[in-house]
Amino acid sequence: MMAQIQKEDRYNLAPKKFNMWIFIFTSFMFFAALTSGFIVYVGGSKAHGINIKLPDAFMYSTGVILLSSITMFLASNAAKALDRGKQQFYLMATIFLGVAFFIIQLSAWSYMIKNGVYFSNPNASQSFIYVFTGMHLLHIFAGLLLLANTLWRSTRSIEQVKNLYSVQMSSIFWHFVDIIWIYLYVFLLLNQ
Amino acid sequence: MSTLTVHDHVVSHHEEDHGHHKATFLNTYVFSMDHKMIAKQFLITGIAMAFIAMMLSILFRIQLAYPDKAFPLMETLLGRFAPGGRLDSNFYLALVTIHGTIMVFFVLTAGLSGTFANLLIPLQLGVRDMASPFMNMLSYWFFFIACGIMLSSFFIQKGPASGGWTIYPPLSALPKAMPGSGLGMTLWLISMIFFIASQLMAGINYVSTILNMRTKGMDLWKMPLSVWALFLTAVLGVLSFPVLVAGVVLLVFDRSFGTSFYLSEIVLNSSQVQPFEGGSPILFQHLFWFLGHPEVYIVIMPAMGISSEVMSVNSRKPIFGYHAMVYSLIGITVLSFIVWGHHMFVTGMNPFLGGVFMITTLIIAVPSAVKTFNWLATLWRGNIRFTSAMLFAIGMVSFFISGGLTGIFLGNAALDINLHDTYFVVAHFHLVMGSAAIFGMLAGVYHWFPKMFGRMMNERLGYLHFWLTFIGAYLVFFPMHFMGLDGVPRRYYAFTEFESMKQWLSVNTFITWAAIMSALAQLAFLFNFVHSIFWGKKAPQNPWNANTLEWTTPVEHIHGNWPGEIPTVYRWPYDYSKPGAEHDFIPQTTPLSETMSSNLPHDFEDNPIGLEEHSKWTSTQKSNEEVK
Ligand code: HEM
Ligand SMILES: [Cu+2]
Repeated sequence: MMAQIQKEDRYNLAPKKFNMWIFIFTSFMFFAALTSGFIVYVGGSKAHGINIKLPDAFMYSTGVILLSSITMFLASNAAKALDRGKQQFYLMATIFLGVAFFIIQLSAWSYMIKNGVYFSNPNASQSFIYVFTGMHLLHIFAGLLLLANTLWRSTRSIEQVKNLYSVQMSSIFWHFVDIIWIYLYVFLLLNQ
Repeated sequence: MSTLTVHDHVVSHHEEDHGHHKATFLNTYVFSMDHKMIAKQFLITGIAMAFIAMMLSILFRIQLAYPDKAFPLMETLLGRFAPGGRLDSNFYLALVTIHGTIMVFFVLTAGLSGTFANLLIPLQLGVRDMASPFMNMLSYWFFFIACGIMLSSFFIQKGPASGGWTIYPPLSALPKAMPGSGLGMTLWLISMIFFIASQLMAGINYVSTILNMRTKGMDLWKMPLSVWALFLTAVLGVLSFPVLVAGVVLLVFDRSFGTSFYLSEIVLNSSQVQPFEGGSPILFQHLFWFLGHPEVYIVIMPAMGISSEVMSVNSRKPIFGYHAMVYSLIGITVLSFIVWGHHMFVTGMNPFLGGVFMITTLIIAVPSAVKTFNWLATLWRGNIRFTSAMLFAIGMVSFFISGGLTGIFLGNAALDINLHDTYFVVAHFHLVMGSAAIFGMLAGVYHWFPKMFGRMMNERLGYLHFWLTFIGAYLVFFPMHFMGLDGVPRRYYAFTEFESMKQWLSVNTFITWAAIMSALAQLAFLFNFVHSIFWGKKAPQNPWNANTLEWTTPVEHIHGNWPGEIPTVYRWPYDYSKPGAEHDFIPQTTPLSETMSSNLPHDFEDNPIGLEEHSKWTSTQKSNEEVK
């Protein structure tokens, strides 16, 4: 009987997926707080504001991450269709695009540094650009770990319920970090 | 037990099936994933932290009562923090800061929610365990690490953080600003990050469990108020703690990476010009209080839920206005996000904005008052049983009223300009938050002790504990109102240094002695608690004759809570003293078909078949009567 109860525990997947949704709420509140902080800061003085042109790299990274959302979507479709091979291919593509996004964001930082826009800066509006992108990269990093874990698990012969669950978890998260980036980018553009 | 196979994910599973987990000391008591054990871990850690924080407060109370006296014992105990037997002034500030931090976050947030959410959510909703037992375990251990780091700051050279529990910059942002701004502050921040991670994991689990895993028949409107309160508390935490993370992240950048989010034009020690420009310390206050105000409700709402439950059981009456109680909790939850500005009336905010915050603040008093009236109406003409838990629940209401009233004064911007940062504020929040929440928590401990430990606590010691603490708390905090009205500021080291405040020394001495008495009273609790765990009277299954599901589980804890099938729920939790019923309580698991004589048409709101049966039954009853 004990084993039975434990089995119930292990297969309680729907509530665990729900956990992910709530986590996304918390993450969203975090970014909402940062952007509200930006608004309060900029409102404090006329001299505050981004006052520079945002690096073009942000445009490219936006394209890359949008593309990665599509491959993620294809990966979960493949998982639903029980096509492990295709699922793994698209997962790898998503990871590749995620890494590319990471690198492009870093290149945007180096571009800003070259142009004298430092993190440590008397105009903290510009520091905020680093904070937004940096905190978002942390999420990207977590998302990559999640994707890698899903990929690794799908190469082992785990049951379909669990495979699908793990694909869905990473897909929810990945689409979310995608949307957050678009939110941040639009926010920055509007405040440029 | 074939009944358990109702769950139909009967899929083959190979690798991760290790069969039975053997119960070892380590996985039963230490790294337990069982929610009941985790609840006990939170409770005991919380109580330990509460005693530590209480001792800190006694130390600084002694300083306030005898600012000019030397106590050699103090030097023996505290070493360099009390040179010559007199408390160091920087250490005084550290004591106040850590006392506040521990009490607000570690005791009344983690200790209170952690204990009762873990205990009651699965047991009162008919769930075998949390949505993610593993995350639940992590949440406790993160909390434990946070406690360890926070306390470790007493053992470093310059002592703990000392900028107040609200850690406003610049004191928290400039490591050189004061001794406590250095490593002590860093440890504070690290500890807090662990703490927030712990709270988020816990809160996510609570919300998910409540929304997804309730037993059959347990719709939201059949949940006990304790669970409603814990649910909304978790929602508040999940939405507001991330904002504090954002504030802390920016603070860490200011401290260690030379940014200027919060810092501007600062000169240290009248000569060292700091390189920071353009930052806004007010920004931190916005971010902090956006969490900070919901936080005070995170502290009080579980206490409200627990008291509602305890008062209904011990008045042998349904809670008055169940729906109003739920809606007022929801109202508080929503409103608590739009009142944070009342902590910032004197930051030079636009008076119009101040007016807006004033109005929202006064509006939040409405749901608070609704709850108060409902509690009083629940007591009204009840068959009151004065158990220790009941006394503490009533005490909670008393403190909530007397502390809440002063909130209305403070909520008026014009009055707050005078009262801000005085002892009036200290009196306000120690009554409404400190005392009320602690009393709610103690009510919960006395009430659910039999559920947690299978034994009863001693009632006589409970009464002693209650009366000494109740009287003591009023003696300590009530006089502070008058000090505040006279303009005595909070967080000052020695009032004898100021001509205008010297006269308050006698009051301070009185308060200190009252505090010492209340602290000693807690020993009655500690003894009772520890003694009862091992040698208390064995508890029956349902010692208080209560309706809720937790009392249908066996006294001996088992993993999965119910040996057989999880019971189904048929009614709300407050059918106490229902007219026509056989007993003065009807457990939630009793179907309406077994209680024909006490059913009311109202019980069949969405159930036409049941209603028909009911009217048939009543008409046969009537015709039988006529025959007689
Ligand atoms: C009746 C509704 C309430 C109103 C109108 C109210 C109003 C206020 C106001 C205006 C202040 C700021 C005072 C100042 O710093 O100048 C304040 C402080 C405070 N209130 Fe309340 N309050 C209410 C209920 C509560 C409740 C229920 C709690 C907690 C359970 C609470 C906890 C606190 C705390 C902790 C502070 C002080 C924070 C600090 O500066 O350290 N209040 N309250
Ligand atoms: Cu407040």
